[in-house]
Amino acid sequence: MALDRGTLTRADLSEEVHREIGLSRADSAAVVEQVLEHMCLALARGENVKISGFGSFILREKGQRIGRNPKTGVEVPIAPRRVLTFRASQMLRDRIVSGN
Amino acid sequence: MIRSELVQLLSQDNPDLSPKEVEKIVATLFDAITKRLAEGGRVELRGFGAFSTRARSARIGRNPRTGDTVPVSAKRVPYFKPGKEMRVRLNV
Repeated sequence: MALDRGTLTRADLSEEVHREIGLSRADSAAVVEQVLEHMCLALARGENVKISGFGSFILREKGQRIGRNPKTGVEVPIAPRRVLTFRASQMLRDRIVSGN
Repeated sequence: MIRSELVQLLSQDNPDLSPKEVEKIVATLFDAITKRLAEGGRVELRGFGAFSTRARSARIGRNPRTGDTVPVSAKRVPYFKPGKEMRVRLNV
């Protein structure tokens, strides 16, 4: 399980699409970008994104609260904001636990 | 948005690809991410976010129905941290 092969990036994903699907490297890179962009756009519209077999990207609305600058101790208001959480599907959890 | 809607949008962007090919592309991507996490690695997609795993130590769990204690072994769980650009785009 702990066979760490480093960090996977966009370049690795488009290489994978190039090898598995046979698209050109340029087209593979473009389609990877499109996937991320569509997900990002949906979230920015306020829609949750559910990818079956992988997990759900869920938006949560946070109310305003009083924060504190940890260095100076000065109280500052933290504006209401939207945050993104990820809930992994059972399949993803299982594959991580079993290591394959 | 669900997986099939994502495939539909991508098909509109790529009229040269069949919906079947698009589905295979989507499967390839999420599979590659899953595989890397299962191997203990991480996935970093600038602007979108980063996937990694975090260790959870063994603990004594409880069956909520019966109240019986059950041992839960140590494991790794997936974790996602949204990227900076993503956080900004969610709050414009």
